[in-house]
Amino acid sequence: MSRIEAEVGKPQGGIMQWIDERFPWTETMKYHITEYYASKNFNFWYVFGVLAMLVLVIQLVTGIFLTMNYKPSALEAFASVEYIMRDVEWGWLIRYMHSTGASFFFIVVYLHMFRAMLYGSYKKPRELVWLIGMVIFFVLMAEAFAGYLLPWGQMSYWGAQVIISLFGAIPGIGEAIVELIRGDYSISDITLNRFFALHVVVLPLALISLVLVHIVALHQVGSLNPDGIEIKEQKGPDGIPLDGIAFHPYYTTKDLVAIIIFMMAFSGVMFFAPDMGGYFLEHANYEPANLTATPEHISPVWYFTPFYAILRAVPDKLWGATMMAVAVILPVFLPWLDRSRVKSIRYRGWIYKFALTCFAISFVVLGWLGTKPPDTLYTIAARIFSAVYFAFFLLMPYYTTIDKTKPVPDRVVYHG
Amino acid sequence: MVRFGWLARLVVIAACFVTTLASAAGAGDEQMDEAFIDPDNIPSLQRGAKNFINYCSGCHSAQYVRYNTIGKHLQLSEEQLVNNLMFNAVKTFETMRAAMPAADAERWFGTAPPDMSLIARAKGADHIYNFLKGFYIDPDSPTGVDNRVLAGTSMPHVLWELQGYQKAVYSEITDEHGTTYHFDGFEEVTAGMMNADEYDDFVRDTVNFLAYIAEPIRSDRRRLGKWVLIYLFVFLILAWMLKNQVWKDVK
Repeated sequence: MSRIEAEVGKPQGGIMQWIDERFPWTETMKYHITEYYASKNFNFWYVFGVLAMLVLVIQLVTGIFLTMNYKPSALEAFASVEYIMRDVEWGWLIRYMHSTGASFFFIVVYLHMFRAMLYGSYKKPRELVWLIGMVIFFVLMAEAFAGYLLPWGQMSYWGAQVIISLFGAIPGIGEAIVELIRGDYSISDITLNRFFALHVVVLPLALISLVLVHIVALHQVGSLNPDGIEIKEQKGPDGIPLDGIAFHPYYTTKDLVAIIIFMMAFSGVMFFAPDMGGYFLEHANYEPANLTATPEHISPVWYFTPFYAILRAVPDKLWGATMMAVAVILPVFLPWLDRSRVKSIRYRGWIYKFALTCFAISFVVLGWLGTKPPDTLYTIAARIFSAVYFAFFLLMPYYTTIDKTKPVPDRVVYHG
Repeated sequence: MVRFGWLARLVVIAACFVTTLASAAGAGDEQMDEAFIDPDNIPSLQRGAKNFINYCSGCHSAQYVRYNTIGKHLQLSEEQLVNNLMFNAVKTFETMRAAMPAADAERWFGTAPPDMSLIARAKGADHIYNFLKGFYIDPDSPTGVDNRVLAGTSMPHVLWELQGYQKAVYSEITDEHGTTYHFDGFEEVTAGMMNADEYDDFVRDTVNFLAYIAEPIRSDRRRLGKWVLIYLFVFLILAWMLKNQVWKDVK
């Protein structure tokens, strides 16, 4: 560490000085990488931010190559995807990387968000980091939804039909909004074209910008850790947090290990089970969109199914759509719903541990129920678990107040 | 380095539980016999290609599949391709078209026969296997047959010469809820050119070929995938050693 720091800090001449006088290159590198101090006790849960960025890059790069051969036209879209899969050199690899990446994006983002709930990462002073993160999540959902229409398969078409029609439940202006989204009286070539524009230009631009803002906001306040301790409160004589280590080289090398393990899991799916049993690529989407034949069972891709299950659990369309929207938006308010004095689950009482466990189970079970046909028994289960989902958030101000917390140590727990 | 908390463990268990439930529920939907196809069995795929050309391609296209792709993967020479498979095509880069015009097909059958390029990925190999074995005599149907898997299908029993005709046997179950019919199986009415085992193999080869054309690069990706994983594993060891070296002084 000392040798690397000495190199960065030494007086420079030549090209670097020329650049630094005109652009804060060295300063930026120090601030965000070589002299950004993160707690040394990060665990498994802290790799998903980096992994989400990795998947974003995978999606951008593979996406660019896909657009070189994809045709955003209702007549050609389905065939052009098959052309990519069969005739374009390495097209199958690029397409599978993109389709696998979509699912893995949500896996890592859900785990990244759950990490924040485990260790109270959203609590003061990181509210803004959390809020920006939630906006990224919303944009990501829109991005995935728009992208799913592009292959123009049966499930692309009918899934979009179901979700877009939800806006029609809004009283008065509902139908007008639906027409505005579709650009037509039904989902058509026009809808496909504008979804393509959103998917490849507008939303990726928003994603990239928001991710940068997310990181800048995080580096302003500093990363938290599994103990929920502010390491900046215990600084050494050199002004460096006692429990902090530089992001580079410590976390770059540690994250590299995580990245390779992640790439092995990613490759395992991509090369050996790209359909993932119909969960990552739905079977019905291998039939071209047919406007006259509704599939017997419409279900969105797995990452939307927890919210889809909540939608179906409510018998009324408007209320169902409202509940679904509320379920998606509720986590935004976590920094203010959580009244606990401590951040990390390590020093919280049994009530929060119990509540978070119930929440995690209800989210996973709702996700599973959302893939099933709306059977009576499934609907009852979906209602129970929806109630658990909402109770976790709405009762939070109460149970986090009465929950008995443990004393938080001054320094992070690190076993070396 | 990586310590799983009790919560992490719980989430993993919950995830496993749900996946198991999901796969169990998915398997039990219909009573289907498994096709037991072997995608690596080249002779079976070659027989399947021949079956497809002789019995299916008159009506069904495979519009995304090129003859030269089949030739490459099924180890057939250009001469073999031209002489044995390409009855509807002139150049080996052409895709597999049906002999019958789609417009006529729609007029004759009520619906155009679906393209076969992706049918195995859309419906599953087991579905097609059971479909091709599931035709039975139904005097009320315009084609004289119906199908166990796809009731009311407009496809005639094209393979009747090979399989013969069979009838569906039901047993009547009467209880307090009324009378229900339970499907017991098929019973041969007229014999075909093949016995039951031969027909089974014929269907299996054909389904194997359909599964192959649904994803011709399947064997490519699996072969490449092994090398990628080996490479990543070596890379992992090096990265792990690097991380330990860098982290030596963190106390």
